[in-house]
Amino acid sequence: MDVLGISGSLRRESHNTKLLRASGERFRERGVEFEIYGALKVVPPYDEDDDAEPGPQAAENLRSAVRAADALFFCTPEYNSSIPGQLKNAVDWLSRPVGDGALRNKTVAVVGASTGMFGAVWAQAELRKVLAAAGARVVDGEVPVGHAHTRFDERGRLIDEDIAEQLGAVVDLVVDELVPAAGEQVTA
Amino acid sequence: MSITESQVVPAGTWTVDKVHSTIGFAVKYMAGTFQGSFSDIDAELRDGTLTGSARVSSIQVKDPNLEAHLQAPDFFDAQRHPEITFASKEIRREGEKLNVEGEITIKSHTELVQIAGVITDPISDPYGGERFGLQLEATIDRTAFAINWNNPLPSGEPALANQVMLIADLQLSKQA
Repeated sequence: MDVLGISGSLRRESHNTKLLRASGERFRERGVEFEIYGALKVVPPYDEDDDAEPGPQAAENLRSAVRAADALFFCTPEYNSSIPGQLKNAVDWLSRPVGDGALRNKTVAVVGASTGMFGAVWAQAELRKVLAAAGARVVDGEVPVGHAHTRFDERGRLIDEDIAEQLGAVVDLVVDELVPAAGEQVTA
Repeated sequence: MSITESQVVPAGTWTVDKVHSTIGFAVKYMAGTFQGSFSDIDAELRDGTLTGSARVSSIQVKDPNLEAHLQAPDFFDAQRHPEITFASKEIRREGEKLNVEGEITIKSHTELVQIAGVITDPISDPYGGERFGLQLEATIDRTAFAINWNNPLPSGEPALANQVMLIADLQLSKQA
């Protein structure tokens, strides 16, 4: 089983990327391969004129990585009460072609961190909505990490035990979702 | 007055004429009623029991984006639950009116439903066979089948109703 992590924040010291790394440790403890997608920044803006065969290499790379993964794990910050533009742009690429996009029937989970007190809850809700609209199988777990700058040590490791426990619970939901899927009849 | 099902529906085995039959749904959406149908269906009346099914992948609405969304986990989840099925438990008749009680299964959730209908007497068709008609309507609560999607209107009210009318207009041909 392979899980691909996607951080909605592009900056080097991103709290969400740190949260994603902490999630990755949990996945590995469950025997699941985990990798962070590191090239979100170079995905061009979605333009249907460019969405041809072959499409832009950066978008094709993203689609290929998502298709190859058994599940996706998103950590998103909140910009202006919603999802960062580049993350929504990635979802837009992954939602096409309609009915056969890379997100279709893909198991996905969403957590998020912000330096404010609410922990990106609105962004998480909106990301769940757009992922579901693109046909993804969104697991029913949420981890709002507020005051994110206080939750990691100087080496970027998660030091809040409550959040670690919540994060572990969402990781478990994803793994549990994937286990029965292996023997399933897929007809679509 | 009701009578037993052995007397209310034609005896023997009757199967659906798929071309001249429709199974669909209607649901209040925003300011009106939105309708869709399934193109790949089956139905059979055998020894007084009516069964039917529809393939979720054959759902038809007027927007391909919506067709794709309806098959996603947000709605019917066609990958894991490719069929909608029905089986009657009891059929009652008064004149041309039918009351059918049966179990419908959507998204692997099974619920008992009451169906109101109209039945016609068998006729000879132009193909040398016999057929009769059934018009059936039932209202279900989609959330009982884990179809919970919604989106708020600007007023905050939900755009999509929970009550969904299922409509079957069937012609059934007698099997030899």
